[in-house]
Amino acid sequence: MRAVISTVGKDRPGILAFVATRCAEKNINIVDVTQKVLQDLFTMIMIVEIPDDIGDFSEIITEIENAGKQEGLQIHVMHEEIFDAMHTV
Amino acid sequence: MAVIRENNILETIRMIDEECLDIRTVTMGISLLDCADTDIDVSCRKIKEKIRNKAKDLVKTCRDISKEYGIPIVNCRISVTPIALLASVSGGDCKKYAIALDEAAKETGVNFIGGYSALVQKGTTPGDELLMNSIPEALACTDLVCSSVNIGSTKAGINMDAVRTMGRIVREAAELTKDNNCFGAAKLVVFCNAVEDNPFMAGAFHGISEPDCVLNVGVSGPGVVREAVRQAGPKASMNEIAEIIKKTAFKITRMGQLVGTEASRRLGIPFGIVDLSLAPTPAVGDSVARILEEIGLEQVGGPGTTACLAMLNDAVKKGGVMASSSVGGLSGAFIPVSEDQGMIDAAANGTLCLEKLEAMTAVCSVGLDMIVLPEDTSAETISAIIADEAAIGMINNKTTACRLIPAIGKQAGDTLEFGGLLGYGPVMPVRNVSPKVMIDRGGRIPAPMHSLKN
Repeated sequence: MRAVISTVGKDRPGILAFVATRCAEKNINIVDVTQKVLQDLFTMIMIVEIPDDIGDFSEIITEIENAGKQEGLQIHVMHEEIFDAMHTV
Repeated sequence: MAVIRENNILETIRMIDEECLDIRTVTMGISLLDCADTDIDVSCRKIKEKIRNKAKDLVKTCRDISKEYGIPIVNCRISVTPIALLASVSGGDCKKYAIALDEAAKETGVNFIGGYSALVQKGTTPGDELLMNSIPEALACTDLVCSSVNIGSTKAGINMDAVRTMGRIVREAAELTKDNNCFGAAKLVVFCNAVEDNPFMAGAFHGISEPDCVLNVGVSGPGVVREAVRQAGPKASMNEIAEIIKKTAFKITRMGQLVGTEASRRLGIPFGIVDLSLAPTPAVGDSVARILEEIGLEQVGGPGTTACLAMLNDAVKKGGVMASSSVGGLSGAFIPVSEDQGMIDAAANGTLCLEKLEAMTAVCSVGLDMIVLPEDTSAETISAIIADEAAIGMINNKTTACRLIPAIGKQAGDTLEFGGLLGYGPVMPVRNVSPKVMIDRGGRIPAPMHSLKN
């Protein structure tokens, strides 16, 4: 299953590494990354492959999002299907 | 798999985070016809068992989907077969049904259960009578039960006896719950041309032509539409605005379709419909009135309101209809006064009056919704307002409804607080000239000429 991880926060070194490490810990494979820094704002979108045997996906989401919160980052993990549904005919 | 562009991802996240995009309700329709029994206690037991059995995983499934897809699902609800049908078999004290529904709903964790209903557009059975007369007490002694009565249709005309009864029932429902902000009346809808697959409360019931169990979804997103209109700027022509609303409605509906099909797959029941209604909440930015104001009205209720609403309603349907495999329910823009900050403001300063709202209901989805009336509004006046609204529905071949709340102990200019999604409402003045003779006539308003299509 594919998911989209979006990260927004004040720019500083190590944000990409932080999110990538959280993914690696869960055996989540990163397929694609785009990131930008506009003024001081860091925005990153990752497309990731969630392994089928990951267990409770909701819990993983909560874990990653909360980890982000503690670092002052707004992280969303969302199933990729929602974007397909909304933006393709 | 399509390549998703970065700005599309950011747009979706912005819609959810900043513009209040959400799934307003996932409503499970459950047929209770197989629970009917001549013994009302047996019937109630069967109802509870069936609801418990069918809906036990509903709330958890919605919570999981909401988390995984990152879309808030605000309400999980249940609609059931109109209880008057069961009351016709069992007779007895109908309130028992309401209590059974309430208990079953609480066990499953849903926040409303609809279907304490009767369909009396052509005439009234003893079961319908029993149910209608029990509504005020049933709504006062339960927390989650919602009630509706269909008193007219394009095909059958308007049952004026039932209209007279419902004026009295609405008042009694408010009086019996006067210590709880007249909340009983807020859970009671009087319909003309009621639909059988409506997922929205308080008017949801599971029609008799529906399958045993089905899942219907109601989407929402006034804030998203408003932002899209705002971005178009004041120079865009009306047809350009309509086009923008269509595109936005498409996206919103696709989300509803996705959540609905996924939820029904996980629950193992068929997917019914997506209801395309734009449903507001009292939250800042989640207002239908503000869309109309963004289109270019100084305040909703002024001249131009009906035209803007007609366009909005139509564009939402056109955009949504292609996005879903099956569209149904009420599908349009809701204009509940107490649930929409823009409406509340306009009603409070007098720009929006009851008569303008009535005109608006001729072009939008439902009707006079969540309107707070002064205490001295008589049962006959309430009946007459219901009759007017039903006439609009009957003649225009559309659903109309009244959810009127006589505010016991309050006068025009006061405010009635409901809290939560139901918001608060300014008490709106009513022209107090008596329609008593007309209402006392009873009988039926015959079906209009265009009902004879065969």
